Amino acid sequence: MTELTNLGIKAIRDGVAKGDFTAREVAEGFNTAVAEASALNAFIVATPDHALAAADAADAKRAKGEELGAMGGVPIGMKDLFATEGVQTTAASHILEGFTPHYESTVSSNLWAAGAGMLGKLNLDQFAMGSSNETSYFGNVASPWRKEGTNAAMSPGGSSGGSSSAVAARIAPAATGTDTGGSIRQPAAFTGICGIKPTYGRCSRWGVVAFASSLDQAGPMARSVEDCAIMLGAMAGFDPKDSTSLKVDVPDWEAALSADLKGKKVGIPREYRMEGTDQAILDSWEQGKAWLKDAGAEIVDVSLPHTKYALPAYYIIAPAEASSNLARYDGVRYGLRDLPDGAGLQDMYAETRAAGFGDEVKRRILIGTYVLSAGFYDAYYNQAQKIRALVAQDFEKAWGECDLILAPTTPTASFPLGSLDADPLTMYLNDVFAVPASLAGLPAMSVPAMLNSDGLPLGLQLVGKAYDEQTVLDAGLAIQQRAGFDHAPEKWW
Amino acid sequence: MSVDKATVEKIAKLARIKMGDEELERMAPELSNILDWVEQLGEVDTSGVEPMSAVIPNALRLRADVIDADPKTAGGRRDDVLANAPAAEHGFFGVPKVIE
Repeated sequence: MTELTNLGIKAIRDGVAKGDFTAREVAEGFNTAVAEASALNAFIVATPDHALAAADAADAKRAKGEELGAMGGVPIGMKDLFATEGVQTTAASHILEGFTPHYESTVSSNLWAAGAGMLGKLNLDQFAMGSSNETSYFGNVASPWRKEGTNAAMSPGGSSGGSSSAVAARIAPAATGTDTGGSIRQPAAFTGICGIKPTYGRCSRWGVVAFASSLDQAGPMARSVEDCAIMLGAMAGFDPKDSTSLKVDVPDWEAALSADLKGKKVGIPREYRMEGTDQAILDSWEQGKAWLKDAGAEIVDVSLPHTKYALPAYYIIAPAEASSNLARYDGVRYGLRDLPDGAGLQDMYAETRAAGFGDEVKRRILIGTYVLSAGFYDAYYNQAQKIRALVAQDFEKAWGECDLILAPTTPTASFPLGSLDADPLTMYLNDVFAVPASLAGLPAMSVPAMLNSDGLPLGLQLVGKAYDEQTVLDAGLAIQQRAGFDHAPEKWW
Repeated sequence: MSVDKATVEKIAKLARIKMGDEELERMAPELSNILDWVEQLGEVDTSGVEPMSAVIPNALRLRADVIDADPKTAGGRRDDVLANAPAAEHGFFGVPKVIE
């Protein structure tokens, strides 16, 4: 039954409902695939029993003729940033190693209520800080993709690198991701899968380990636009426990999906033509325009003049919020405690945080502390928040001329693990196209377009108006139908 | 070079992260590079622009004035709250002696 692991959410859900196969067969197939794929290091812990229990519940419901739910019988991977009751939740950090929540995050609760089960907790960049999945305390994640003719381990992107690797490798049909400045879209692009970050506030942040609260949004990662629409519907919804949760109805994105873009205007932001962007990426962008035109859309040029300032503004705002959010790791309430003999409370804090955080996390806490410190607050933090307003206004103005924006997801394809170690700044530049939509809180999706000459996937990004995930998904579907991207990595793990 | 080793040492102290000499030496040029790069934000004229703190207009709600309305965030869960503490004693979080 190995072919069951090639199926996505919709095919599994509908197949279980029809009785083509049982949810238990599906869960067993994926549990085996997860156990065999340790070379990818995509999972921090596997939870085969959770997947089997959910599968048995789905099969029992079917036997009784009950509704199975939007995700009925579908086992998924859960990024290890979501608190899961009774299952270790680490944010890929040493400081949270062994932390076993006594509660369940709202997003994961919603998914279980929709009939999904959990294959395990997925590896990520530590506290979601990174773009290559090389900052995890539990080791790098490898992409299932390799450059043609080499065996070098490639980056699955980050921070949702365990999610992207697992879904691309067909060891999970779908996975949760979180996106603060591109952490769903960039890994999706690197691994030839789909991923959508919804409008800020669609998915509850309750029970999600906080990185930068004004930016953090959860979203689905899967191999088709339809699967993303289904899973986003199951994850989203108003939650009174999150003060920034949107009190609006969740549309039935799956039912409304349509690849007909007649009457839609697609904006092409001229400022996204940046130096250092691969020619292959620019070519895929041209191809994307042609596909959307073919689907009935009109292509128009738009300007987002503050684009170049979005990334530096992000690298003030996100570390500032992180330095504040991560102050909670103090060795008192949960997680690691490092208390040398005779040490006092202040020493305990400093020792615990020195031992518990990795280099990239420390770097960002220090930057955040610096830009918030007396004398620098106005020059750095306040200026960045003003530029954030200008970036958001750029989009507002663009919506006068178009309904959605098409751009590349990343300036390059995936790179070998370890190749960008020397300079943190080079790594940050990976998110140059992803960050503006994050700063403005807009829905944004990456869909696979093609392979480059090295045989590595390239993604296209769609950014929509606030609350208009539907247009983003529709355009994603139009690209999916025309790109016909059905490449899968060759199995080496 | 916007930050030197002494500055990094001061920030690390504020952030309660212990750092040895070698780590401070390594961090100083890395942080300087990043901070030099974000300096470009100074080019932008932001006079008259309000700093943005909430991306999607969303008024803060008041919850109903009901005690323990949601059991997940309600009281009476002392043992759950303490379950992951590195040192819980007598129903409290244990910390090293603070007052001599």
